[in-house]
Amino acid sequence: MEQYSITLLVLLLPLAAFLFLGLFGNRFKPLTAGLIATIEMAATTVIAYFTAFKYFTSDRLADGTFATCIPFDHVWLPFGKTLTFNMGILLDPISVMMLIVITTVSLMVHVYSLGYMKGEKGFQRYFAFLSLFTMSMLGLVVATNIFQMYLFWELVGVSSYLLIGFYYTKPSAIAASKKAFIVTRFADLGFLIGILIYGYYVGSYSFEYSVHIKAIAAAGTVIPLALGLMIIGGAGKSAMFPFHLWLPDAMEGPTPVSALIHAATMVVAGVYLIARLFPLFIGYAPDVLHIAGYVGAFTALFAAVIACVQTDIKRVLAFSTISQIGFMIVALGVSTSTDPHHGGLGYMASMFHLFTHAMFKALLFLGAGAVIHAVHSNEMKDMGGLRKYMRVTHFTFLIACLAIAGIPPFSGFFSKDEILVATFMFSPVMGYLMTFIAGLTAFYMFRLYYNIFWAKPCELKAGHDGHVHTPHEAPAVMTVPLVILAALTCVVGYIVPFGKFISSDGSAYHIHIDLKVAVTSIVVAVIGIGIARVMYRGASRKIADGLERNFGLLYRAAVKRFYIDEIYQFITHKIIFALISKPVAWFDRHVVDAFFDGLAWIAHVAAAKIKGLQSGNVQSYAVVFLWGIIAIMAALLFITFGVFWLL
Amino acid sequence: MNFLSIFVLIPSLMLLGLWAARNIKQIRAVMVTGASLLMVMAVMLAYLYVRARSAGDTSQMLFTSSMEWYKPLNICYAVGVDGISVVMLLLSAVIVFTGVFASWKMKLQTKEFFLWFSLLSMGVFGFFISIDLFTMFMFYEIALIPMYLLIGIWGTGRKEYSAMKLTLMLMGASAFLLMGILGIFFGAGGTTMNILEIAKLHIPIELQRIFFPITFLGFGVLGALFPFHTWSPDGHASAPTAVSMLHAGVLMKLGGYGCFRVAMYLMPEAATELSWIFLILTGISVVYGAFSACVQTDLKYINAYSSVSHCGLVLFAILMMTHTASTGAVLQMLSHGLITALFFALIGMIYGRTHTRDVRELRGLMKIMPFLSVGYVIAGFANLGLPGFSGFIAEMTIFVGSFENTDTFHRVWTIIATTSIVITAVYILRLVGRIIYGEVENKEYLSLTDATWDERLSVIVLVAAVAGLGCFPLWFSSIIGESTLPVITQLMSH
Repeated sequence: MEQYSITLLVLLLPLAAFLFLGLFGNRFKPLTAGLIATIEMAATTVIAYFTAFKYFTSDRLADGTFATCIPFDHVWLPFGKTLTFNMGILLDPISVMMLIVITTVSLMVHVYSLGYMKGEKGFQRYFAFLSLFTMSMLGLVVATNIFQMYLFWELVGVSSYLLIGFYYTKPSAIAASKKAFIVTRFADLGFLIGILIYGYYVGSYSFEYSVHIKAIAAAGTVIPLALGLMIIGGAGKSAMFPFHLWLPDAMEGPTPVSALIHAATMVVAGVYLIARLFPLFIGYAPDVLHIAGYVGAFTALFAAVIACVQTDIKRVLAFSTISQIGFMIVALGVSTSTDPHHGGLGYMASMFHLFTHAMFKALLFLGAGAVIHAVHSNEMKDMGGLRKYMRVTHFTFLIACLAIAGIPPFSGFFSKDEILVATFMFSPVMGYLMTFIAGLTAFYMFRLYYNIFWAKPCELKAGHDGHVHTPHEAPAVMTVPLVILAALTCVVGYIVPFGKFISSDGSAYHIHIDLKVAVTSIVVAVIGIGIARVMYRGASRKIADGLERNFGLLYRAAVKRFYIDEIYQFITHKIIFALISKPVAWFDRHVVDAFFDGLAWIAHVAAAKIKGLQSGNVQSYAVVFLWGIIAIMAALLFITFGVFWLL
Repeated sequence: MNFLSIFVLIPSLMLLGLWAARNIKQIRAVMVTGASLLMVMAVMLAYLYVRARSAGDTSQMLFTSSMEWYKPLNICYAVGVDGISVVMLLLSAVIVFTGVFASWKMKLQTKEFFLWFSLLSMGVFGFFISIDLFTMFMFYEIALIPMYLLIGIWGTGRKEYSAMKLTLMLMGASAFLLMGILGIFFGAGGTTMNILEIAKLHIPIELQRIFFPITFLGFGVLGALFPFHTWSPDGHASAPTAVSMLHAGVLMKLGGYGCFRVAMYLMPEAATELSWIFLILTGISVVYGAFSACVQTDLKYINAYSSVSHCGLVLFAILMMTHTASTGAVLQMLSHGLITALFFALIGMIYGRTHTRDVRELRGLMKIMPFLSVGYVIAGFANLGLPGFSGFIAEMTIFVGSFENTDTFHRVWTIIATTSIVITAVYILRLVGRIIYGEVENKEYLSLTDATWDERLSVIVLVAAVAGLGCFPLWFSSIIGESTLPVITQLMSH
């Protein structure tokens, strides 16, 4: 374990950078602050790669798995005698894989941001938040127990909030950041209650299930409940239906942030959570896992349909992310055992897709960022014909589109193929559904691609200064990350023997392509691309407009994202504010408070009345005195004789 | 003389010093010296306490001493501290210290203001070191009276009304309290007022049934127990900054502390029997306060209702009667004390510049006063229980502890209480989005300046305390945990 002490630095370096830039960032020139954060990130990346290299080259255990290493695990907060909240680092194949994903994408985004955010106000703050996010995300994946995961889970939530609301003077950004935080926090409530139930019955939060196997078995029936509640948290972060609505709005943040947080890393936390709890699901709650799978499949379809009609390029990508995460959840959800050869393939497929998706989706977002940078708009109608002006962006974007569409030899093909194979094993109906969604994916991605880079040539508008600005390629600091990510997208699919390192039971699994499934999916993808090409490549939009007219209702519903946002508005404004909070506040002022004011008023009035008694007037005293005597006499007479009379 | 008495002595010396002070400089010097000394002493006490504990001293209270005061009623000036009192003293010292800096620019009758302020501090410190019921009650009353004048004279808005309301409601509560204390005293045989000794005696269950609710209610009103919380929004809204800080930060904690130390500890049987009534009330407090905060328009009202919700959680956790939950309750007292003081300090500073606390009028403060705005955002995050700040560890300890109580009734209320963390997020983010972010609308605000050095100091100390507690909870949690154990043992043995 000693050998991994250095891994602690992957948390400490970004934390140090965050604190340093957060406290003193404004004393530096923007670029210096950016460079500090980027260099720190590069160092973190090197350490993460070093850890991964050492981990995956270490000797396997007798059963062919990699040992789970826990170089650190300290009590952070004790709850009573035995139950403790620990903080530590856990290294196993998936956490090490996540280290690679997060540091790689984060480094690319740091470099890219140096160019993209140039001249923005709050440059230092931006990099401080990026460091905070990276630290939290890394802490989340190396968590040794579910509570530590929850802690960092909340921290990634807040870094996401801060970064979505980076342009804090823009009302839409404020609203979006608020929405993201509240929707995910609502889901996290389920997560928290799940953790509380699990912790109480199992007596530990640790991920080392083998140590607590007896307690887990004894807890029996509450485990599915606890896991089901935890998944709600996962669904919130991973934007699964019905919690998906925060993600498209989250695109209000700067584009590199969308690439890092809302495409490659944070949003897959839910997938990672399920993978972390995978042995528990298989052992105690397979039904819960399958339900998650169905939700994933529905979300994948739902988001893909919406993605087909959105016109804001970042929103198309956001819905595409939701859909792709749906794929990953489906892959986990269709797993029926921990044996990769019999029903456990989905686990590997899901992690594989997570890995490849992180690369190509980050690439897509960064590419979109370059486009937005060039045309100063998110809307497709302001784009078109950009391939002439932005060769690097065009080329890398095309690679990413091919990857997500599932065209070999790009990485997406391999991982999506594994998911489809796993799904077909579980149920052919679901297999065909997922294949269809894969086709839709190809369609909407190429709709996006053709609309940006082909279609009508972009109208050149005159700027404020009267000159006509032609869109121009982004500076090298932005294109180099694009090229690196594109290169990765080209090769990770078949150069990295993914299954050798990660599989549901830990032993090496040899990925092989199922020809039937592969051919079907390629054909479907090509058809999707073909339709997109016919509809959107040329300058005319006749077919597209015709379809919009003929399917008016469906089209409008999809554009409006099936009115889920309106439902959210209704719940927050009409129910929480108008129906609960306002009456509660009114009740507090006009009933509870009024009651006490009333008491005071009674005391006041009573005092005013009684004070007349002490008038100092002897005659009135005498009258009261007289009446008093009469009353007492009467009472005495009544008691004495009344009692006899009664007898 | 006992070391603990220094916590009463320093404020008394401050009173003398203020009396002798001739100008504002001298007044400030007295206050700063006194408050710093208190802070140093509190830290030293914590150090001595931990040293004694690690040297193997296992008695329930340390540094105890008792001096006979009034023989016929067996009243003693008895002092002693355990882990709970030590952390509460630390909290009080921090808040008094920051409170002094938050009212640095107090113009009106400065001397008198600080005189009452010091008297208030004396009451608070005296309360936490007392282990004699009567002394405790006396210090409680000492803390209460200055409040009336501080709000009535130096307050804002409907200050006379609020001061009267606050004082009357709390006085009413202390009438209950007196009854409760006498009930305990005579119930336990009328030989001693010392808490530790009464705990060894047995109060007949019939008496417990009468006096437990009375005592709990008496302290509960101070801890903003629904429906006796209405003094809090008005009182806090009208009070001057430092008084709000001290009141919400420390004085409201007297309620939770007393409920735990007196009502629950001395009358364990009735507590077990009757806690359900109060559990319902506190459960309502938690959610009700949070919902009310959602629609308020005055910054101080929002914070006051938020306090109702968070102090409700303190009493809620105490009533769960598990070791972890009661440790969480003390952590929550500490955490809420610091966070709410930070909030009130910031609100006071913002109000001092904009002269309004109406959220509908404030906008875009981040652009004008970045330091205060960042402080406000941090306070908001801490309030909604973000990890890294004290709220998180306190709430998590409470919820984990509450879950140890397995019957359906307690479970249901625990789950209801957990929903407050979402509602808290709703009103905090709404507030931050409304007043901190956005563009400046009122052009007059553009000329406003950011925090001065005394304000910065006060904010930095509080933020550091909140973050320190939130990042390194182990020490606090363990010294509190070992001190809540005797009370829980007492409760469990019946």
